[in-house]
Amino acid sequence: MEARAAASNNGLLLKLELHSDPKLLSPVRGALERLTEVLGFPAPECRSVTRAVDEALTNIMRHCYCGQLDQPIEVFCSRVRRHGAVGPDEGLEILLCDRGPPVDPAKLRGRRLDEIRPGGLGLHFIRQSMDIVQYRRARGTNQFRLVKYFNPLKSHSNC
Amino acid sequence: MQISARYIDKATIFDISGDIDLANSPEVRKALLREVRENRTPRVVMNLSKVRYIDSSGVASLVEGLKASRDLGLRFILFGLSNSAREVLQLSRLIRIFEVYDNEDQALAS
Repeated sequence: MEARAAASNNGLLLKLELHSDPKLLSPVRGALERLTEVLGFPAPECRSVTRAVDEALTNIMRHCYCGQLDQPIEVFCSRVRRHGAVGPDEGLEILLCDRGPPVDPAKLRGRRLDEIRPGGLGLHFIRQSMDIVQYRRARGTNQFRLVKYFNPLKSHSNC
Repeated sequence: MQISARYIDKATIFDISGDIDLANSPEVRKALLREVRENRTPRVVMNLSKVRYIDSSGVASLVEGLKASRDLGLRFILFGLSNSAREVLQLSRLIRIFEVYDNEDQALAS
C-alpha cells in the first residue's frame, strides 16, 4: 500500500493506493481514523467515516474484483467546502476508484433491515454514516464519492 | 484477529481480540458454526471485549451463528461490546435480536 500526504493540492489531504487485499483494510482504517481526528471530527463521526470507507472498500474487493487480491484501488481524501443556509461549511470528501466492471446501480440500494439475515448491511452502514454517497462510472473506473460535513444539513445519495 | 475457546459448565466462550473484518470474518464464522452444529453446546458466548472494530461481514458471521443456534434450540450470547461494535449492531437494528450483556459474569448468570 502506498500513501501520499499533501498539505494542500486542490484540497487533497491524503491519497492511498492499495491492492484489493482484505489484509490492507486495517491499515486504511488506521489512516482514516487519524485523518478524521486531525480534521477535528468528534469521535463517533471519526468511527462513522472510517466505517463507511472500510465498507466501501470491502464492497469493491468482494463485488467489483470478486475476491481477486491484486487489483488496484485508489482512495483520495480531500477537503470540501459548501455554502449552506447557515454559512460556509467544510467537510471531508473521500473518492474511491476501482477498475472493476461497471456496477449495476440497482444493486446499490441495499436491503430492508427488518429481514434478519447475514449480508447486505455494508451499504446501509455507508449511507447512515455519510452526508453524501454517490456512484458514477468515468473513464473505465467505478468512482464512489463519500462526503461528511462538520455541520450536516441534508443527506444526499444517488445509490 | 485471534480467536480461542474456553469451556465453562455448559457454555463455550469464544474470546476474540483484534478487528473483525473481511480478512478474518470467515474464520470467525467457521469456528462459530462448527461449535454450534457439531458440538451443540447449549450456550455459545462471544467475548467481544477486545474487539475494537467489527464490519458488516463480521456482523453477518454473528447473525449466522445466531440463526444456527436458534435452529437447534441453543442460546447465542454476546458480551463486552465496544462503542464501535455496539454502533454497528444499532445501525443494523440487530442489537435487539441478540442477547447482549455487559460482562462475562452477567452472560453466564443469564
